[in-house]
Order: sequence, then C-alpha cells, then structure tokens
Amino acid sequence: MHELSIVMSILEIADKEVKKANAEKVDSIELEIGTLSGVEMEAFDFAWEISVKDTVMEDAERKVHRTKAKAKCADCGHVFFAQTLYDDCPKCGQPFNEILNGRELRVKALTVS
Amino acid sequence: MCSTCGCGQPDEVLISKPGKADLGHLEMHHHDEEHPHHHEHHHHSHAGGKTIVEVEQDILGANNKLAERNRGYFEAKNIFAINLVSSPGSGKTTLLERTLKDLKDELSISVIEGDQQTFNDANRIQALDIPVVQVNTGQGCHLDSDMVHRAVKELNPGENSLLMIENVGNLVCPALFDLGENKRVVIISVTEGDDKPIKYPDMFLSSDVCIINKTDLLPYVNFDVQKAKDYALRVNHHLEFIEVSATKGDGMDRWYEWLRKNRGK
Repeated sequence: MHELSIVMSILEIADKEVKKANAEKVDSIELEIGTLSGVEMEAFDFAWEISVKDTVMEDAERKVHRTKAKAKCADCGHVFFAQTLYDDCPKCGQPFNEILNGRELRVKALTVS
Repeated sequence: MCSTCGCGQPDEVLISKPGKADLGHLEMHHHDEEHPHHHEHHHHSHAGGKTIVEVEQDILGANNKLAERNRGYFEAKNIFAINLVSSPGSGKTTLLERTLKDLKDELSISVIEGDQQTFNDANRIQALDIPVVQVNTGQGCHLDSDMVHRAVKELNPGENSLLMIENVGNLVCPALFDLGENKRVVIISVTEGDDKPIKYPDMFLSSDVCIINKTDLLPYVNFDVQKAKDYALRVNHHLEFIEVSATKGDGMDRWYEWLRKNRGK
C-alpha cells in the first residue's frame, strides 16, 4: 500500500505550494501517473479519500493524466504501447524490451486560492 | 494520522540499536525542512483570486533527492550499500546471517534492519557482533531514503565497508523507493511461485541481481528455476541470477564472488 506514501508526498508538495502562494487551499490538482508506474489506481483512490480530509486538498478537484507506456523491443527496435513490463514485441515476438515511458509520477500543476 | 497508511496510528518511525533505548522517533516528513525543494520551473498566474502553479514535480522527488545524498555519502566513504528486498519469508535474514558469518573476517560489514515491528532481526545480527540499527516502520510498508539517512547517522559505517540494508518484507512497495543503495538485490525462494517475477514485476525491473534461495528444497516443491528466470528476464533482461541455499550453504560462494567483484567497482 505504497499508494499512501505517494498520496502523502503529493500532500506535502501541495501544502508547500499553498503556503508559498499565501493561499488557503487547493482548488484543483493535475497529476501524471503512468500506466506502468507501479501505482494501483484503486488503492490510490482509497488512499486519497482517507488522506485528504482536513487538509488543504480536502475539496480539490483531481485530474489524472494516465500516460500510456511505450516500450522498445531490444531486438528489432520496434516501439509499441506496452500493457505490462514484460510484453512480447508485437512485431517480432521477442520478449525483451526497454520501457521508454509510462513510469511517470508527477504533480503537473495546482490551482490554489 | 500515520503518513504511510492513514491508519490513525502516531506518525512515527523508530530507529534503535539493540540493547539501547530507542534513539528517537522520526517524523516521517521531517527532512523537508532540512532539504528544501527547488522549483526551477515555477510559473504562477493569477485569475480571479486563484493562483495556478505549474510545479512539474516528481512526486517521489523528495525521496529521490535524499537517496542521492545517501549515495554521495556512500561514495565519499567508499561504502558498498546493497538493498535486500523480497517477500516475507524468503530467507533474507538467514541469507544475511550466513553472509555475515562467512565474510566478517574479510570485510567490515554493518547492517540496517527494516521491519514494521520488533527488534528480532537486529538481535539476530547483533548476536554475530555486527554493528546494526533496527528501523521499525510502524505501519509503513517500505523503507525510504530518510529512514536510511537517519539509520546511517546512528550506524556510522566505516570507510571501505559493506552496508547491507534489509528492507521490509514486501515485494511491492519497496520497489518505488530509492534508498541511495549501489545495488538492489531481490530474493525469491523456491517455496514461492515461480511466476513471482511477472506477478510483481516492478521489483524485478528495479533490481540488479536475483537470488533464488532455498534451492535445497527443490526436490520437494514444484518450482521451475528456469521458468522463474525466464519470467524475470522478460521483465528485466539485465538481471543476474545466483542460486543459493542460505541454510545449507550451496551457491553462497557465487554470491560472495559477486559482492567482492561489485564492491570494487
């Protein structure tokens, strides 16, 4: 349940930004969570729900960009959308690849007031 | 509220040396005051009393920065730090004990033990006269770089030494948290399923070496070593494998060879 650590880290970032802007709360927050980032969205939603109470994010609208993971076949170089960390290359069928993106875990932007 | 799982428990991590009262509670997010973040890409715009802040910040950035600081400390003192990760019960502590017994005359070694509760593992290491610090994460399901930073301060490992960090037994959560280690070693045992690498791929992706433990039990279980390796290689084709029985000692020489070879790098 590391999703809780992740939500707490987001809260920390949000807290700091609210203070810096002399604001009181977060109205909206934009996150980027790659499809292969190791975050289970169901657990993340649950962690979010129980963590934001009585914080600056309590009423924040949350937008999550799910970056689709891409992998590059180590053999033929074909770049494809990966569903897992161990997909076969759809072109040559070979199982070894490098994950190019999809592991993002970022706070992109906040609106505070 | 507990900052790791929101359970309502106090927000505390305990760092202790065996035989000593606890060395202080650790506020989970204390390090933020010490290591302010930098926001190079900061843009503010104002609209109707609202401020839009483009932060573009890595959510795990605070952990990663402190991990880099740990790494710098290790490099400066030529400490070879390894992060041992696995499910509970795969034999991490037994592997560690055997390694310590066999190598303690050759190398200066110290240990950080991570568990949610108890000093049991630290006591096992202490019994071998090896410097050890126990980190009890409370409800936390993984070590983070701040805990290791504080444990290292207590431990004060010597120059040119080997630091073994035994993470909390959990094949999921520790994967995302860089501790500043030089190498990550994932351990699976043959009493587990041979499809563990694709069930929990993140850990295998982030590891450098996979130790397959309890090989002495292979005649009694359905674990297919080649299948497990094939699965793990699909996730991470850079992974090295070492098959051992930490209780019987089989294969341990290869593990020690790996430690000696990589320590010097």
